[in-house]
Amino acid sequence: MKSDTIVIKVENLTKRYGDILAVDHISFEVKEGEVFGFLGPNGAGKTSTIRMLTGLSKSTEGDASILGMSVKTKIAEIKKRIGVVPDISNLYDELSAMDNLIFMAQLYGVPRGERRKRAEELLKIFRLYERKDSPFRTFSRGMKRALTIAAALIHNPEILFLDEPTSGLDVVAAKSLRNLISNLRQQGITIFLTTHYLEEADLLCDRVAILVKGKILTIDTPLNLKTKTDKKTLEDAFIEITGLEPEVLAIEKGK
Amino acid sequence: MWRDNLRGIFYIALKDMKTYYFKAPAISWGIVFPITWILAFYLRNPGDFKELVPGLIAMTILFSTTAAEAVVINFELRVGTLERLLLAPISIPAVLLGKVLGGTIFGFAMTTIVTSGSTIVLGLRPNFLYLILIILPSLFVFASLGALLCVTVKEVFDAQTLLNLPRFLMIFLSGVIYPVSKMPSVLQYFAYILPLTYTVDGLRKSFLTSPDRIVFLYTLILIFFLFLFIFPAIKLLSKKFE
Ligand SMILES: Nc1ncnc2c1ncn2[C@@H]1O[C@H](COP(=O)(O)OP(=O)(O)O)[C@@H](O)[C@H]1O
Ligand SMILES: [Mg+2]
Repeated sequence: MKSDTIVIKVENLTKRYGDILAVDHISFEVKEGEVFGFLGPNGAGKTSTIRMLTGLSKSTEGDASILGMSVKTKIAEIKKRIGVVPDISNLYDELSAMDNLIFMAQLYGVPRGERRKRAEELLKIFRLYERKDSPFRTFSRGMKRALTIAAALIHNPEILFLDEPTSGLDVVAAKSLRNLISNLRQQGITIFLTTHYLEEADLLCDRVAILVKGKILTIDTPLNLKTKTDKKTLEDAFIEITGLEPEVLAIEKGK
Repeated sequence: MWRDNLRGIFYIALKDMKTYYFKAPAISWGIVFPITWILAFYLRNPGDFKELVPGLIAMTILFSTTAAEAVVINFELRVGTLERLLLAPISIPAVLLGKVLGGTIFGFAMTTIVTSGSTIVLGLRPNFLYLILIILPSLFVFASLGALLCVTVKEVFDAQTLLNLPRFLMIFLSGVIYPVSKMPSVLQYFAYILPLTYTVDGLRKSFLTSPDRIVFLYTLILIFFLFLFIFPAIKLLSKKFE
């Protein structure tokens, strides 16, 4: 379902926190219907980039446009057409799965008559329908992650931002979530995802940008990255390109 | 865009009321505490209970509007749900206004109960226009004051402590219990920079038989306090997302 329409265009985007240069003049484009991955170790600047693209923080330098609108001036319009899954599952603990989705539907202005229907549909897709009346707090990590993704889809966004969707999940939960993400891709939604899992990038992404210390080292399809470096796995290609050991990717954030 | 924001304000307030306000902790801070406090004072100094009604209402306004502010702002900032709100097409000022409105509506409910309860039981005949002119802006003022103090600190615990300072300062210095006119003159000047002083005095005038137009001035002063608190609160919250 890929087309040639560019839906995300980033130019020289930079984020500084005091002395820390978290994102260093990055530029890239994402096409409609594509799954674009941001692959990099912890602290590479993945979350900082997503936050600038989704209106949660201001860029120090550079600009980005989403669906043809600048994030600096048109963020309110942009927010209506994108869905965002932050790096933590931050829905309301005390609300049930259903009430969380309904609340999000209210905030996004989903018409009253459609809210419950849309929520039920998503709960079924994410296999949480049986637990629809349980409070979010009682969910497992994997279920929380799934519901957070469902919440980001409540208003039928054209682009979905996923910040480390499977980070901290056990193998089974991660696998099931990856299947769901891969199903979303079949439906033609553009996905921008960050990850520090090589196999996730390989499995899900049409193209990946390798980000290290705030800089994009290369952008290509997983296949091309392997061919270019003459390696069999994305892991070996990654080592070749970055000069880093793959272990740096496996380290969990101490949060 | 303003429609998105208005909708956001409304649903945020509604959700906060459902999940935080009409629950035991907020209700005990917002209504049980003021009533017990005033009753305890009355039992130590029995006199005319009618004299204490304006103070009781003022205290209910103050405590109910600020009862859950630390939770709705600081706790949500910490666990990231406040950030989740900002991913929706809602501006930072609208999120803050939604939080303030939640406190205001809860305060309105608690204050209505206390005001109608005490007027009926004691057979008082207040000036309803005056009551509204004082109570409504006061609810917004103290909800905004609560929001302002909460956004100046990081943690829920710090916010609670910080909130207690103006709460108790105003109980003692704004005429809730001791009339301002009987305080030493230095403290009297101080009382007039506290918003609750205008609330208490305005309420007192609402229960007098002869109308006193100064109530209109008090309404304006309270609205001034509202702006004084709400704008810096918005500014400080915005700072957290730069
Ligand atoms: N709010 C912040 N204040 C100061 N430094 C920050 C802040 N957020 C992130 N950083 C720093 O910016 C760098 C990039 O962080 P981040 O974007 O979270 O990376 P990633 O998501 O790839 O792990 C790190 O060095 C991190 O410590
Ligand atoms: Mg991150």
